[in-house]
Amino acid sequence: MRIHPRRTQALAVTLLGAATLLTLAVLVFIIVFVLNKGLPGVTWKFLTGYPEEMGRAGGIFPFVIGSILLPLLALAIALPLGVGTAVYLCEYTRETRMTRAIRFGTDCLAGIPSIIFGLFGLVFFVILLHMGWSLLSGGLTLAIMVLPTIIRTSEEALRAVPQAYREVSCSMGATRWETVHRVVLPNALPGIVTGVMLSVGRCIGETAAVMFTAGSAESGIPTSAFDSVRTLAVHFYLLATEGISSANAYATAAVLVISVLLVNMTAYWIMNAFIRRRAR
Amino acid sequence: MRPSGDKIAQYIFLAIACSAIASLLLIALFIFKEGLPFILRYGPVNFLTSSQWDPSQEQFGIYPMIVASIWITIGAMLIGAPLGVAGAVFLTEFVPRPVMRIVKPTIELLAGIPSVVYGFIGVIVLAPLIRAHLGGTGLSVLSAAVILGIMVLPTVISISVDAISAVPNSFREGALALGATRWQAVRMVVLKAARSGILASIILAMGRAVGETMAVIMVAGNTIRVPHSVLEPVRTMTAHIAMEMSAAVGLHRQALFATGVVLFIVVMILNAMAMTVMRQKARR
Repeated sequence: MRIHPRRTQALAVTLLGAATLLTLAVLVFIIVFVLNKGLPGVTWKFLTGYPEEMGRAGGIFPFVIGSILLPLLALAIALPLGVGTAVYLCEYTRETRMTRAIRFGTDCLAGIPSIIFGLFGLVFFVILLHMGWSLLSGGLTLAIMVLPTIIRTSEEALRAVPQAYREVSCSMGATRWETVHRVVLPNALPGIVTGVMLSVGRCIGETAAVMFTAGSAESGIPTSAFDSVRTLAVHFYLLATEGISSANAYATAAVLVISVLLVNMTAYWIMNAFIRRRAR
Repeated sequence: MRPSGDKIAQYIFLAIACSAIASLLLIALFIFKEGLPFILRYGPVNFLTSSQWDPSQEQFGIYPMIVASIWITIGAMLIGAPLGVAGAVFLTEFVPRPVMRIVKPTIELLAGIPSVVYGFIGVIVLAPLIRAHLGGTGLSVLSAAVILGIMVLPTVISISVDAISAVPNSFREGALALGATRWQAVRMVVLKAARSGILASIILAMGRAVGETMAVIMVAGNTIRVPHSVLEPVRTMTAHIAMEMSAAVGLHRQALFATGVVLFIVVMILNAMAMTVMRQKARR
């Protein structure tokens, strides 16, 4: 028997809609679950206190600092490299074999799993360059990890700057470099910032690569780039897997999720404002 | 003076632009340098197909880890791919644009949830459910596959939505004008046209699933054994490296880097496949 196309359409739409709802429901459940269990434990004292008894009691202050410093360092390294690459790709060259190779390398780098970044950081930065498990090793490793994100978002932002801006600037006698840093980059800034925020979000949530390079020792607030740091994500992993304290694990998870969501939401907000301004 | 200054700037930018390729080569170089000599000395066949892993006896076979990675990745795709593609189709074809513009970024936001949190949810919520209803310890191939399936959803949905949105509207209008229902137009015309982009999204998601570490360590159970059912605990290649690295020295350490080499090659092949599929689309 042939089923009427309108029937199959109704059936298909129901199934597709159910799949979409299920996806959203699962993702919302994860966030609500973590916040529901964790938020009661997130107090000012928890955020600014030092851990006691390996994290069984006390707060997470040093790890919050670790989770701020490490992404900052990573971005300080990755931002100039990533934006520079994007500027070269968009402003200084046409499509050549070289640009194709650069894009290919960027895509490959984006697909490498974080555990491989961790292994590489361990042999190269930690051991070969004698940096030890440190803020610096971790920052450099994360910088390489987020480089593709920065390159891609910056390239898109640069391409979105209208060609006429460049033509006007060049017709007034500006060199290419003057055009880039006075005209193109300021106009592409919001797009670049979006990429930065997305990268920061990734750095905050990263665990495998950080454990191998920045260490996981509970060593207080770092005083130099060669001190080992433990980030919130690593701290949470240790709390959760070693069964140290489930109350503190939930609270740490809540802090982690909130900070990542806030950072990512800021990224999307900036991007939307950027797109809306471009549309006008 | 001026033109030469501009030329200098260009060379500086060229040098910077090589940073990504340089990093990639450096990573490949160091992973292979640490791992490849071991594979050659131990014998690639022995390394890949032996089930004996006992560093104290110098037995280094990673067959169970390879099987575990394959099972979990396939399981994750069985869950993530249909759900993700269905979501992408629904969002682009059957939902008003403004709703899609809110839902898609929301789903992408969730891509930012750290993998340790997904793993934690797997341990706290999913594993007890599986233990109670299906048996076993709950930490198993199944729970890892479900968690990874959820984790790759944003990747599949986001790239598939882009691919489906890129299909020209005239395709849909043509089908509708011939008397097709919306679903027929989607199934027979739009999905065919967006096929390569959707395929690329699934391959990229596979790459992510193979490489995921922390969530898998937490929910897969980590027993070195070739699984006979999806309810058994297993250890993937990624979990294997992460768990043993801190205590490993000498040959043991080299064997873990060799596992990294295998992982690196698998992920690179998946990436290359995704890129080829995407490029075919662009050429058409």
